[in-house]
Amino acid sequence: MARKTDDQEVAKENPIKTAAILRARRKMVDDGGTPSLRGTIVKIILLGLADAVALFVSLLLIAQHQWVYLTGVVVVTLILNWIYLRRGGLPAKYLAPGVLFLLCFSFSVVVYSGFIAFTNYGGQHNGSKQDAIDSVQLGAMVTDTNAPWMEVSILEDNNKKFYVLASDFMSEFEADGATAVPHYYLGGEDFKAATGWHEITGDELSKVTFSDSQITFKPDGTSYQAATGYEGFKTLTIDQVTELSAKFATLQVPVSDNIDADGWMALDAQAQGVQRTFYDSKYDAATDTFTRLSDGKLFPADNSIGFFIAEDGERLNDTGWQAFVGMKNFNTIFGNENLRAPLLKIFSWTVIFAVASVLSTFVLGLALALLFNDERIRGKKIYRAIMILPYAFPGFLSAYVWKGMFSFEYGFINYNILGFEPGKGIPWLAEEGAAKWAVLLCNLWLGFPYMFLITTGALQAIPAELTESAVIDGATPWQQLRLIKLPLLLVSLTPLLISSFAFNFNNFTIIYLITGGGPSGDPSLGVDVGGTDILISFVYKIAFSSSQGADYGLASAFSILIFFIVGGLSMIGFRRTRFLEEVAE
Amino acid sequence: MSTATTEEYTRKIGKRRMSPGRWFLSLGWKHIVGLAVSVYAIFPILYILSVAFSDNADINSGLFSSFTFANFEKLFAGDDPDRPFVQWIINTVWIASVSSIGSVFLSALAAYSFSRQRFRGRRSGLLTLILLQMFPSVLGLVAIYAILSELYKLFGDNSIGLNSPWGLILVYLGGSLGGGTYLMYGFFNTVPKEIDEAAKIDGATHTQIYFQIILRLVSPILAVQMLLSFIGISSDFILASIVMNKPDQFTLAVGLGLFIDQPYSKNWAMFCAGAVIAATPIVALFLGLQRYIVSGLTGGAVKG
Repeated sequence: MARKTDDQEVAKENPIKTAAILRARRKMVDDGGTPSLRGTIVKIILLGLADAVALFVSLLLIAQHQWVYLTGVVVVTLILNWIYLRRGGLPAKYLAPGVLFLLCFSFSVVVYSGFIAFTNYGGQHNGSKQDAIDSVQLGAMVTDTNAPWMEVSILEDNNKKFYVLASDFMSEFEADGATAVPHYYLGGEDFKAATGWHEITGDELSKVTFSDSQITFKPDGTSYQAATGYEGFKTLTIDQVTELSAKFATLQVPVSDNIDADGWMALDAQAQGVQRTFYDSKYDAATDTFTRLSDGKLFPADNSIGFFIAEDGERLNDTGWQAFVGMKNFNTIFGNENLRAPLLKIFSWTVIFAVASVLSTFVLGLALALLFNDERIRGKKIYRAIMILPYAFPGFLSAYVWKGMFSFEYGFINYNILGFEPGKGIPWLAEEGAAKWAVLLCNLWLGFPYMFLITTGALQAIPAELTESAVIDGATPWQQLRLIKLPLLLVSLTPLLISSFAFNFNNFTIIYLITGGGPSGDPSLGVDVGGTDILISFVYKIAFSSSQGADYGLASAFSILIFFIVGGLSMIGFRRTRFLEEVAE
Repeated sequence: MSTATTEEYTRKIGKRRMSPGRWFLSLGWKHIVGLAVSVYAIFPILYILSVAFSDNADINSGLFSSFTFANFEKLFAGDDPDRPFVQWIINTVWIASVSSIGSVFLSALAAYSFSRQRFRGRRSGLLTLILLQMFPSVLGLVAIYAILSELYKLFGDNSIGLNSPWGLILVYLGGSLGGGTYLMYGFFNTVPKEIDEAAKIDGATHTQIYFQIILRLVSPILAVQMLLSFIGISSDFILASIVMNKPDQFTLAVGLGLFIDQPYSKNWAMFCAGAVIAATPIVALFLGLQRYIVSGLTGGAVKG
């Protein structure tokens, strides 16, 4: 009975909702039977799918020996299963899916941005230290150009170890100076094994099979045959060699048990020949140092800058690793004398751009709202539909279109509207002052409908009695606006104006698509500080389109600063809103 | 006595015919201003339409001096492998659909929990969401790029990292909780709690209450929310341009730029034709949903 009364009360308040309840109830009855059975099946299927995906991902990670990520995946999967299989704990069941995505792609982005800001992550520093060591080591090999190039066949033994069988026709000639004396060599990856690098002579030659094709040397026409096989080994076909070319690019066949001093035989790019190769520099893990063997110069690892660098500042090459650099990026921003003037310029333009955008759109929007807040005007709906169009139109398209209309010679604005002869109009995008007006004009167009909509809403929320009593007291329209409407509007609109400021402070799309931050500034700075660059478009340039090589660390440091600037200004603004509210009461 | 007062009296007493002079002073000038602003608002759009239907990209002889469908036919003919326009439409529609449906689903789940259940960390959870919302994705570009390139290294091409629509979708879904939950939290709060309790007494499980009662009650709002999120995602330029770098994976937002960004093969007419096709559904949706958008605006939901 009690329930029925409740329903009647709800029915009085909201008949539609009551109908929905009744419909839902009837449906529950219709579904019949044990209500949780279907739910349980669905739950098990969904959880099974999630686990299957997790298993698949885990297998991929195992194949790549990514133990850290694997642990993460396993832990997350276990937690998910625990959440959904236990009884109770309802909030977790509803929050888990969203929180998972939030942690992976939103929260982690914030945290990771903060982390990158303290590293030198960038074009030259984009991997781990081990990657850098491998890469530097690979780059620090020199082929001995005086050593003979030998034709090879690649062999494989029963243990899947690779060997090279080399035929040397170049290093030695008979007395005529033209007829080569052939030498044959065999060697494998491991020098200490039975078949370390050695010349095949005497009786051992009987184990070698030779190719049918003859290699002919002029002038006497004497021919020699390349070695292609060796007893007990399998010769790889050309196709097999091609398939394994990545592996053979780094295959080292030592010529002695001291690979540092004597070098090794390395295959050429086509894996058709070998040549003696030496380390130019060698990494020593104990001292964390590269030593250049030719002159003994030391290149110790400098973990503070992520490079192997000698005392005199010489680097082996430009490959570095991602290193923790502390406050270096922030010091660059605040301490670099060359950057100070351009950064101040960008910052002040960013503030001007954001403030001017908010003010211009708000003033135009407010004026229109006041104008049309008058029931006597006919066709209000048509006006409204037209004025809302710029806001409905996708922003990125508007930016492109305005860019096109601003073009110099035959642009719609210069040629059709302002009537300039081709080539004599305003250089909208090429000259800094004009470009600033251009982006502001476009942003006004994009933004005023929004302000029109919200001020109209806020205006209609002002009680009519207030204005009426002011009218009776003899207030002029200007006084009504200044003393009554505007203060009340600001109470409700200030938070939105602050959001609008924050949005325009980072309005990357407009700047990037219309001017690209241009016109370009002084090239001697090393970074392109464009005339209309706001902070975020400048950050984008540092990170993704810098001629100097990407510097993600510096870009992230800027991002963090922007976050604090915008966040701080917004906080101050919101505080002030509360102040306004108190005044209004 | 000021004119305003007289006007007010006139209105209150009843509508009287005004002389043309008085009409102009009180209303006519407003129409003139309205017309002027309307022209400002609409001329770029007329310009796009005019170029899209013109046979000559320069249209120096004025708006709508020629009329042809040739540009649209060329777009859909698909004979330019570097600018697969139809593929872009497909990409945009399915990426935006999956992301908007997914993000509404995720944030509705979370919002219901915040609205109905009481648990430790509820308040701080809500606050964290609002805080995360203040970190715009454009500031996290570098980190997003780094995370996706790590996923790319782990799982290869066409999976979930860079160069993959799924990578982009995951990023959009990651932003969904911050973007939509707080708004939907408000919607769920408007549904009376007694409904849940009544259903509970009748023996409904919590999933039944959520999926069969509450979600149905707020389904119009969810639909609107989904469409708004669709508009936002299909208009996103930055994230899409960072994640995708092959022309056949582009969304419309990134792809259309190819018509005018490349110095030696600019095609302004084709761009405008493409823009008309890309914008029409969005503008139509927007005008159709105007009522909800305006009420959402004052609630703090700003079109991105």
